[in-house]
Amino acid sequence: MPAFDVETIRKDFPVLERTVAGGKALVYLDNAATSQKPAAVLDAVRDYYERSNANVHRGVHTLGEEATALYEGARDLTASFINAADRSEVVFAKNATEGINLLAYAIGNAAPGSALAVGPGDEILITEMEHHSNIVPWQLLAQRTGATLRWLGLTDDGRLDLSNLDELLNARTKIVSFVHQSNILGTINPVEPIVRRARDVGALVFLDGSQSVPHHAVDVQALGVDALVFTGHKMLAPTGIGILWARRSLLDELPPFLGGGEMISEVTMAASTYAEPPHKFEAGTPPIAEAVGLGAAIRYLTDIGMDAIAEHEAAITSYTLDALRSVPDLRIIGPDTTQARGGSISFAMKGIHPHDVGQLLDTYGVAVRVGHHCARPVCVRFGVPATTRASFALYTTTAEIDALVEGLGHVRTFFGR
Amino acid sequence: MSQPSFDPLYQEIILDHYRQPRHCGLRDAYDAEVHHVNPTCGDEVTLRLQLDGDRLADVSYDCEGCSISQASVSVMTELVIGKSVADAQTVHDAFLALMQSKGQGEPDEAVLEDAVAFSGVSRYPARVKCALLGWMALRDATARAQAGMRETAEIVTTTEGGAAS
Repeated sequence: MPAFDVETIRKDFPVLERTVAGGKALVYLDNAATSQKPAAVLDAVRDYYERSNANVHRGVHTLGEEATALYEGARDLTASFINAADRSEVVFAKNATEGINLLAYAIGNAAPGSALAVGPGDEILITEMEHHSNIVPWQLLAQRTGATLRWLGLTDDGRLDLSNLDELLNARTKIVSFVHQSNILGTINPVEPIVRRARDVGALVFLDGSQSVPHHAVDVQALGVDALVFTGHKMLAPTGIGILWARRSLLDELPPFLGGGEMISEVTMAASTYAEPPHKFEAGTPPIAEAVGLGAAIRYLTDIGMDAIAEHEAAITSYTLDALRSVPDLRIIGPDTTQARGGSISFAMKGIHPHDVGQLLDTYGVAVRVGHHCARPVCVRFGVPATTRASFALYTTTAEIDALVEGLGHVRTFFGR
Repeated sequence: MSQPSFDPLYQEIILDHYRQPRHCGLRDAYDAEVHHVNPTCGDEVTLRLQLDGDRLADVSYDCEGCSISQASVSVMTELVIGKSVADAQTVHDAFLALMQSKGQGEPDEAVLEDAVAFSGVSRYPARVKCALLGWMALRDATARAQAGMRETAEIVTTTEGGAAS
């Protein structure tokens, strides 16, 4: 395998050649929102529609068989990418949010008194650094069932506060759901101590890998969690495809979430029996082309190597932290070190609202995200209305970080008051 | 990289109101207090209105937010304080129409005065909600004050006039 060369990689991404803001090179630092797509992914989706488009698991005709092979092939690639024990553990959904909702609603559908059912007296544990997609579904489940929602707090340097883990994760806890890598703080959370405690008390552990799976190797068997959700569009694949991985025994036990075609075994007018996982959770025509794109993205990432990608992004993160420290009146919101942190860096500039920072950076071609990043409790925790966030991918260069820092200088000049 | 020479968004009037917001700070006398948020970016405003009969005697607000939302609420207070509820509504309607004009509006300077500087904002769908935040809060506060509801309203999200984002 050739050595990692960022300039060679950039040539694979057509959008990186375009200019914005009147001829300025695009500096795309909004990868935690969504990644750009390499030609290999775009070609795979186009080839699928041009040659093999058909519905899956239905036709006996050639195109139907090709489409099914491509769709199921993407499942095989995904299973191997996260080291799932079995391909049937990989359920395709529309995004990570749907994956979490699938878990929450399916659990809500569990028969009262069954092992998975939650109700009054039971607890669901999340954390203060969750994306809204890992907060609201659990609030809704708690409201529907009478269960209690609790959460782990954060330390001042943007880490999970595990000092009261044993109190919050206790014999009443049925579900723990937390983020592997924070989209706003960049923090990479320790999974092992939470899984260990959850095993002691018999709670299920769900992990939101939306920001971790695209950036470093994730092995679900090594992590020891019960379920992992992530999304295609943050890992070079198209929008519209998300992944729920769960232990087969859990998928067997979980009632269905959405009902419809494809997820059944036998239907009568009075009742139905359900297909085996994963199809039990894939009602209706699935996102076929999107799955094909996901398969191509996984091939592309695997060819480069997740360890090489992680190493490159760690170097960019380190470079950025150093560079941002040189900007006066800039406060990093989140870990200030490269230790257990990924390439999403949020910051606040004294006296200048993130909306204005982002807007002015855009006039220099620099694309960042501003706002609360669907993690408003984190902003509240750190006393800021919003943050500016720069987030990286395998194609991010140090020159782009230099452009960001230069742009921030212009922001200070323009808005200083 | 050089400074872009022309930016229709950040007009000098906007920057001036942002740097020196008028009527800023929450004052103790009020008939209604509301708290509005822009859920897409996290901008928030707390706004108080005091009526004197049919007249807007005072509009006060907390001074935090982006330049567009801050300047917009500052300009608004200059325009509406002292006006009757009906006249303030006329200004509100004109500003809302300008914000929904997608850059095609021809604002009436006699009605909108300094607020015509926000014409360019209507070309930036993500910023229209910033510009409207204080105005929507004032409309809400007016209705509440007239209904005799002084206590702080629950968080209301501003969505009207903004493009999907």
